[in-house]
Amino acid sequence: MDNLGLAAPEMFLLCAICLILVGDLFVTEARKPLAYGLSQIALLVTLILTWWISPETGAVTAFGGSFIMDQMAAVCKSWILVVSMGVFLYSRDFVNSHKITNGEYYTLALSGVLGMMIMVSSSTMLTLYLGLELLSLSLYAMVALKRTDERSAEAAMKYFVLGALASGALLYGISMIYGATGSLHFDEIAIALSASGEGSTAAMFGLAFLVVGIAFKFGAAPFHMWVPDVYEGAPTSVALYISAAPKIAAFALAIRFLVDGLETAHNSWQGMLIVLSVLSIVIGNVVALAQVSIKRMLAYSTISHVGFILLGLLSGSEQGYSAAMFYAITYSFTSLGAFGVILAMDRMGVSVNLLTDLRGLFRRSPTYACVMGILLVSMTGVPPTVGFYAKLAVLSAAVKADLTWLALIAVIFSVVGAFYYLRVIKYMFFDEPVEPQPVLAAMDVHVGLAINGAAILFFGLFPGLIMAACAAAFGL
Amino acid sequence: MDLKLIIFWVFSLVLIGAAIGVITTRNPVQAALFLVLAFVNSSIIWMLMEAEFLAITLVLVYVGAVMVLFLFVVMMLDVNLVPLREGFTRYLPVGGLVAAAIVLQMILLIRVKWVDASQYAQPLPKPADYSNTEALGMAMYTDYLFQFEVAAVILLVAIIAAIALTMRRRPLTKYQRPAEQVLVQKADRLRVVQVNSEDNQNPAVMSNYAAAVPAVAPGDTSVDDAIDDATEQGAKP
Repeated sequence: MDNLGLAAPEMFLLCAICLILVGDLFVTEARKPLAYGLSQIALLVTLILTWWISPETGAVTAFGGSFIMDQMAAVCKSWILVVSMGVFLYSRDFVNSHKITNGEYYTLALSGVLGMMIMVSSSTMLTLYLGLELLSLSLYAMVALKRTDERSAEAAMKYFVLGALASGALLYGISMIYGATGSLHFDEIAIALSASGEGSTAAMFGLAFLVVGIAFKFGAAPFHMWVPDVYEGAPTSVALYISAAPKIAAFALAIRFLVDGLETAHNSWQGMLIVLSVLSIVIGNVVALAQVSIKRMLAYSTISHVGFILLGLLSGSEQGYSAAMFYAITYSFTSLGAFGVILAMDRMGVSVNLLTDLRGLFRRSPTYACVMGILLVSMTGVPPTVGFYAKLAVLSAAVKADLTWLALIAVIFSVVGAFYYLRVIKYMFFDEPVEPQPVLAAMDVHVGLAINGAAILFFGLFPGLIMAACAAAFGL
Repeated sequence: MDLKLIIFWVFSLVLIGAAIGVITTRNPVQAALFLVLAFVNSSIIWMLMEAEFLAITLVLVYVGAVMVLFLFVVMMLDVNLVPLREGFTRYLPVGGLVAAAIVLQMILLIRVKWVDASQYAQPLPKPADYSNTEALGMAMYTDYLFQFEVAAVILLVAIIAAIALTMRRRPLTKYQRPAEQVLVQKADRLRVVQVNSEDNQNPAVMSNYAAAVPAVAPGDTSVDDAIDDATEQGAKP
């Protein structure tokens, strides 16, 4: 038992969750926003604690080597917390107006954040799996939280069954690798595998299952079937939650398993990831063209972006990993804003669902239209937004790994994908609004969205601010 | 053939038979009982592998608690599982083909090479005073403390999720308020009325008794409602 203080952010967050859970029972109906305020404060304090305890350089472990705090963990955790604060801000009014029970919503969302932090900081397969289960369990419940809605019950059921299957595959892979290497710790697995040279068949057998599990949690094709249904069926605030921070956690999941543990088997998993990446980019961009629901469109757009994150991972270089990390962080930030605008347009419990609902948004509320425009341009990958730099970094890593053909496919299908983003921009700026009244959202949501949109431009002009941290995380 | 091997074969064969029984029998109660048999047999096999604690836990938790609960549910709800199995024979050829393909692929990939037991050293049996439970407890509360705590958090989240998804306030449900019930006065509940015997049709029985009736407003006939009203008025004077 050493360095217990290293897990201080997680411990604090857990205590805060329990406090909010119990405290919510004792507050009156009129004071229900208390849960929201306390959750934001809990996230903020956790963020400060994370900065405070994270080491300057190198990695420190605790709990007998099952908990690790390194540069990557510090950066990923900080962004998970920042993005989650945005998620809570944007979803507050939605949760209130849709009569979703406040206390349970924030408790489950916070325990999902805790699960993500544990995933990011784990240095054994067991911790990683438990963190993942904590996140998944919270997500399943949150999708179904609006009980009266049949669609969300259906989405939750699909998500739960498929998610349980993927967890089973992951666990099977873990047990195979444990059997082949005799250890649950990633560093010992790496040593055992490099000692055995090419790597035993058992470990490769397990690797295949691991990749299936990771691809499912990412939502990469061909394990993407749950993504559109869950995005569409879940309450919009939960879709926002799923689309944002868990992508960073999924990135950490892949890095811990594939790089920390199985980097010697890079030749084996590179091929698997190439298939996943190409399929995700192609299916995501092409199927998104045919969508009429904005949530489904964003779901397929997520799938194509996951393909890009995998593209960075599979190049197998430190540069590629840091580019993928940059991509995951900036994508979660972009997706946060896009769903934020959709949530802000939601009024009195009538959700925005169709693409055509965005018609004439510019006439109704120029700020929201401009923010949404910037976010969509960033998702397309046009300079000077951050999405351009993210795609550039990932593609250059792929080219350096002699995978130019793969980079070409990615670029071609991004151009295909540009169509459906531009179509939304056309709806917003050049069409007449169906209903003339402006979008009414709270002042803090307004400011938050404006900052979100501005940040996409700012980090597009100065990508070095995030990129430096991502590069430092992989020792560049 | 030594005794351990005989025990292993006997119990594994019964285990496999019981497992097949679980999925082939039509009666859900029989299926549950077959599952109990399978659990007991696998716990004996664990016992052979010197995993005493797990063996006992399996019997205590799964056989003693989970399966008994399951039997209760099956017997009380009278679930008709026959429609659930209707497609079984219809899908059997396709399912069997897929299963055979998977098994074939696995055999081709693994080539039975690393499942060959001869390449693994036989583990030495532990001394007689070795306590499995103690070792497990030590590992759980020292090396795996963090994982143990996270598992506890997962259970907490499962409870929160289950309650959040199932509990709701039904406006028509009637609740008891014990604090108000004990404070209730006799006068709140009971009204003593004098019944005039001359007006009564049957004077022999109902001669001059004081009838005790619930204190209800005139016109309110339902006794249930009356009791509810009385409870609600409870402590309020």
